[in-house]
Parts: sequence; C-alpha cells; structure tokens
Amino acid sequence: MADPGLDELKFRDPARARALSAALAREVAAVGHEPVSVMHVCGSHEQSIARFGLRAVFPPGLQVVMGPGCPVCVTDLPEVDEAVALALAGHRVATYGDMVKVPGSARSLADAEAEGGKVDVVYSVQQAVELARTHPGEEVVFFASGFETTAVATAAVLLNGVPGNFSVLSAHKYVPPAMEVVAEMPGSHIEGFLAAGHAAAITGSAVFEPFAAKHRVPVVVAGFEPLDVLAALLKLVELIRGKRAEVANMYPRVVTREGNRPAQEKLWRVFQLVGGRWRGIAHIPDGNLRLRDEWAHLDARRRFSLDISGLHDRAPSGLAQRCICGEIMAGLKQPSDCELFGRECLPDSPVGACMVSSEGSCKIWHTYGGLPDLREVRR
Amino acid sequence: MCLGVPGKVLAIDGMEATVDFFGVRKVLRLDIVDEPVTVGDYVLNHVGFAIRRIPPSEVGETLALFEQVLKEAAQDDLMAADVRGELAGLPGARSDRARAHGSTPAAEEKS
Amino acid sequence: MTRAAAPIERVGLKHGAGGRAMRTLIEEIFLPLGGPVDGIGLAALDDGAAIRLGDRWLVLTTDSHVVQPIFFPGGDIGRLAVCGTVNDLAVMGATEPLGLTCAVVVEEGFPRSDLERIRDSMRQACEESGATIVTGDTKVMGKGELDGIVLNTAGVALTRRMVTDSGLRPGDRIIVTGTIGDHGMAIMTRRRDLKLEGDLRSDVAPVNGLVRAALAAGGEDVVAMKDPTRGGVASTLHEMAGKARVGILLEEAALPVNPEVRAAGEILGIDPLVVANEGKAVIGVRPASADKVLAAIREHPLGRRAAIVGTAIAQRPGNVILDTGFGKRLIAEIEGEPLPRIC
Repeated sequence: MADPGLDELKFRDPARARALSAALAREVAAVGHEPVSVMHVCGSHEQSIARFGLRAVFPPGLQVVMGPGCPVCVTDLPEVDEAVALALAGHRVATYGDMVKVPGSARSLADAEAEGGKVDVVYSVQQAVELARTHPGEEVVFFASGFETTAVATAAVLLNGVPGNFSVLSAHKYVPPAMEVVAEMPGSHIEGFLAAGHAAAITGSAVFEPFAAKHRVPVVVAGFEPLDVLAALLKLVELIRGKRAEVANMYPRVVTREGNRPAQEKLWRVFQLVGGRWRGIAHIPDGNLRLRDEWAHLDARRRFSLDISGLHDRAPSGLAQRCICGEIMAGLKQPSDCELFGRECLPDSPVGACMVSSEGSCKIWHTYGGLPDLREVRR
Repeated sequence: MCLGVPGKVLAIDGMEATVDFFGVRKVLRLDIVDEPVTVGDYVLNHVGFAIRRIPPSEVGETLALFEQVLKEAAQDDLMAADVRGELAGLPGARSDRARAHGSTPAAEEKS
Repeated sequence: MTRAAAPIERVGLKHGAGGRAMRTLIEEIFLPLGGPVDGIGLAALDDGAAIRLGDRWLVLTTDSHVVQPIFFPGGDIGRLAVCGTVNDLAVMGATEPLGLTCAVVVEEGFPRSDLERIRDSMRQACEESGATIVTGDTKVMGKGELDGIVLNTAGVALTRRMVTDSGLRPGDRIIVTGTIGDHGMAIMTRRRDLKLEGDLRSDVAPVNGLVRAALAAGGEDVVAMKDPTRGGVASTLHEMAGKARVGILLEEAALPVNPEVRAAGEILGIDPLVVANEGKAVIGVRPASADKVLAAIREHPLGRRAAIVGTAIAQRPGNVILDTGFGKRLIAEIEGEPLPRIC
C-alpha cells in the first residue's frame, strides 16, 4: 500500500494547483462579466484559502466571499448571555474553546470566569460528559456551538446516555436555511455556492438540490485541501458559465448524495429546527437546532430558569455600534471594509465575534493577511 | 477542525477506535460513522468522532476528478494542452495505478 | 498598524507567552530598570546582555523554568534549564560558557528521587555542552504555595565576536538548524486534557557546538542569531525582521518538520511555526556564505536536518511572509506560545 504521506501531498501538489489556477482564470474570463462572485459558507474553507495563500492565485475577476460559515460568530447575544448566566449562577459550563471569549450583551464566558464562574474548554462533547462524571455534585452544562456536523456528535452522546447532572444548552445551527436567506438578500450578487464538505458528509449533497433549483444557482460540494478548493471553484465557475443550476460533488471521497443516513437519523431524533436570529445577520427560519421535547430533561433551557435581564446593564459600546460583523457574515462586506479591522479590533481586543473565533473571517484575515496584495513580494 | 487529515485505524474497542495520524494517536468515537470500520481503514475526524470512512480508492478517484474538470474547462485553448502535458508527466496521473510504487522521491519533492 | 492600548491592570497568562503581550509588559514595567551599558543592555531585549570588557564581550543571560510537566519525552526541567541558558549565550556568539548558576525553588513534599533525576539531567547536559554549574541557591515553599519546582539558571561567557538578533539586511539567507516545533508539540501531547498520544519528543539540546561550527565557517558573514523558544520560529523571525527593519520571505516547502509534529499541528489547529523549540537556532547569513555555513551545520549531529528556509527582503519591513507553494500569506505576529508553561 502506498505511503499515506505521499497521498496527502497529491492534494497539495503545487504543479496541479498551477494547472487548476490557470484553468480557473480562463473559465472566469469566459463567463463574460466581472467580477464573478461566489460564496462559501464554511470557516474552514476560509482558513484553507488563507492558510495556503490561495487568494493570491485566484484570478482578479473572481470574488470568493465568505458567508455565514462561522458557527461561533453567528451565535446570538442572548444565547451567550444564557451561558454566562449559568456560569455566574455557579454551574460548570463546558464549551468549545472559541466560544469563551465571545462577547455577550455585557460579558463573555471568559469574563464570567474571571468573576469566579467555572468555565471549561473541551475539545469534544465527550469530555464535557466526563466532567459531569468526575464532578457529581455539580451541574455541568455543555454550551453546544457548531453547525450540523458538530450537532451530530452532541446527538450521539445524548443517545448513549449521560449522567443526571449533565445538560445541553444548544446553540447549534443549521446552514442550508442561512444560504436561502443570504441568496435572497438585496445587494447580494452571489452566482454560485461552495458547500462545506464535512457538513455534506453528514447531510448528503442532495440537500442542496431544492436550493439550487429554487434560486437557480449552482452549488458545488468542496473539500478542504488546496487542490480540492481550486478544483471545486473551477467546477463552479464552469457551471456558472454554462448557466447550469446544478449540484456537483467535488469531494466524492467523503460525500455522497444521500450522506450518512445513520448520523442524520441520530441528529433528527434529538434535535428539531427552530427559527432564530443569527447574530448580526437576520432571523433565519429553521436556522437553529434545539432539543426536541422528548429531551427536555437534558435541555438546560428547561432545567434552569435563566435570568438574563441583569446582563443588559450596559449599552453597546461606541465600538460595538461600529462593528459590521453582520454584514461581513452575510457576505456583503469584507473585513478590510471595516474601519475597526486591525486598528481597534484585534484578536487581543476583539470588538465583534468575527475576530474572536478561529473560523471568523476577520480573525482569519488578520492572522494570514487576507488580501492578495503579496503578489509583488519576491526574493 | 474541519481541516482534518484522514487517520488510519490501529485498534478498535467497542465504539472507540485508536486512530493514527502520522505517528500521533487519538481515540475517536465510532457512533456516527455509517459503515463498519476495521483496523487499517482511513477515517475522517470531527470533534472526536469519526464521521466518514474513506474508501481506499479515494486518491485515484479524486485525481481523476481533477483531471476531468480540467478537461471540461476551455477546450480549444493552446495553453490547456501544455498544462495537460505537464499533468500527464506527474506521478499518479494514471488513476488506475495511482497507488503504484511509481512515485519517486525526486518527483514528490517539488520545490 | 496602530494598537489598541489598554493599560495592563493585572498580569495574565499571555504576558508569559513570549509574544507581543509579554513585550508590552516588559516595556511598561521593567524596561525603566535598564540603564546605559557599554554594549547590549536591557533595552535591546536580546537573548542576553553583552558588556564590553577590553577587546572582548562579557555575555550574560538568565532564564526561569516553569515547564509543566516536569518530565517529558526527550527531557525534563533540568535539561531544559541548562540547555536554555547555554543556547541563549551561544546565539549571542558566546559558545564557551564560563559558568552557570542554578537557583531552585521547590515545593514542600517534592520527592528526593525527582530532584536526583533532575540533577542527573543537568549534569548530562553540562557534559554535552561543556558548561559547569558554579553556584546556586535553594529555597523551599510550603505545600500548595508553588507548583512542584521552579528553576532559574543564569550563564556567563566571554566572546570576541558578538552576534545580535538585529543584523539582517535584504538578501541575507535564513537558516534553521533542524526540525521545527518539536518541543512545543511534545509538551502539548503530554498535557492530559488534549487526549493525544504520540511519539513526539522534545528537541531539548545544547547548540553551542553547532553554533561554533557555523561561526567558524561563516565568520563575519553570520550577522544575526536567535534561539526560537516561546512563540517558535515565527516569533523569532518577527523580532529579527522588526529589529532590522526588513521583511522575511519564508519558503514553506523548505521548512524541516517531522511528520508527527505536522500531524499533531493539524489535529490541534496549531502551526509548528509558532511553537517552542529548545534545541535549535535561527541564523541569518550573508548570501555569499550561506551554503558554506549550512554545510558546516549539517556536519554536526544536531544539525543534520538544517535548511535554508528563507531570505530577508527589502519589502514589507517587519513582516514575515510565507510562500506556501500555492500563494503567499502573512505569518501573523501571534500572541506568543499557544499553551502556558511550555518552558
């Protein structure tokens, strides 16, 4: 069997990347108008693009915009406030690392911790359950952020059985409805979408077929290696040029049309879709995943009476009022369009959620220097 | 992290698998992967769960897919021919023999 | 780029991470302690200080070690202490340490056997580097008042030729003496809460012999050196670029990285470029001598994986740019080491 190291290299082979980039440039030129605007909805796609410096090789006529692909960034203020309230009430709150510094109405979980709250960073929901087992005298609340792929993990853990002192505060979100809202936004000129490969591994590529038909835009499911992204973009622009509103799967090694049925089954056994606000963007009908009534006994919102009124004691700061995270997440603006970006708003001192999360476009652009103005740099 | 490199299953104990990522081992849960997983399989990790078993033919299939999409792009461009020539000379270009020992270290180590 | 300047009210973990926050703390609180020095003093914030003594420089450095866990694959706090100090002296150009101090603060209840293990490591590291511990201090704090043990080592050496970290000019080549990210990733996989098992080992080792070889081969053409500890090669290059007012263009494909370190980095979402190294040096060399110096380093057992990884450039002063093979991107000036108590 060939060495897996070599296999990995094949998806990062610069020569293939050059070939794909050259073809992409020709395809974009052949579309007949500029810019050709496409959107991806996954923080990990933006990370991949930024990390490998792909924007420097995208043709200037192609605009690849990041949409609402950062689950932590779109977690709404009241949801963060609920977690903060639980921490301040003396319960142990466990969450994925990125969530800890996201500002709520008045405080973040990090602030709550500084005030004596118990906040634990976990890398998997399994770890949060472990905490409940090792702290039997305490209530352990898992503040569950993440999109549908991550929600499946939460569902699986609940179906396996958890201790009585464990509960879930669900801030899970479901992406396809957000794509609908973004596609319908005035001012949106998106001609095609890249869909997140790992979410599609679960839901299947078929879930995008009604969307593509209704909005008459192509959707291409893409992986995360540089060649995956380039090949998927090439396919997408090809479909745009041919005016074909189809769904194409460019990540067949992981994604199928039907997806992972057992995982879907687990997801919908535990969660239901509820409308809710995605922070800064809009009300997304069916955009939130909340625990079904059968799981009320493990739902933190029903186990505890959460009083978040006391957390609204501060008016949004002047800086917060100038934050344009919402427009950035809707793909209407870029981080560089924000007057606070890189000045008052830095990873050290974030104003909005986009600068906090590792999947937020502002954080990613700040970390990797998002704009392709490094082309002229040479030895 | 979505940017997961597939890992190789070393051992399975009930619903848990010890998975190797180039010498770093992690225990993953198997509750949500939709195919039976055995030792030697490659799986994709998401927050501590294996979400997909990656079939052994994936490399060849994916490379063939890349070549396909290149062919579909602007056909009668002279440059495309050069580019396809460059690709044809690369290791693994023949998808049915993608996993052969044909890859030489020199060819892999492009600067 | 202007910075949000919130004055520091309380010390946070980030102030010990070796990055920008730590520098701010030092600048605000401790820099005023410095005074004029005939040589390199506090204000330079280099790996050590250098005081002119006739036709030579007296080089001084000090480090405290708080690494957690105390014993890790590839080494322990004792080895780290000796090597850290020997290496700081070496990258200032002082490759023959005259003597080291060793001050120990131990928690009540600390096992004798652990102390002996640490002492044996220190002795071993001294033998490898030719250093000698000449004086020390011992303190004990009550149970719970200190986490195990803290070691402080200081070192002193003489050198005729001093090398700072600020001497780069456009065109100079950047050499790293071996694989990057080994120490930081080894420590991270040992931290139980991350639940990663691996065969990663710290690279902790004294590099004074290797640096001596580089200096012998390159002479005056070796213009800048630094040891890439907290914050990794990324932080080190930022400092070298900032102080010399040059940009640095790094070739990702040229960076020597162990596959296990790369894999751990992918899983954890942490770049090997930003994690600590404890047995490496970053060396800036004039282009005419770069190959010669590289060859000399590769002759040394600790330098087999040395590589020329980049070039100083006139554009984008203060920035470090990575050529990924697909495109280019900035390496951001990060907060410092991602995990606390890495060294």
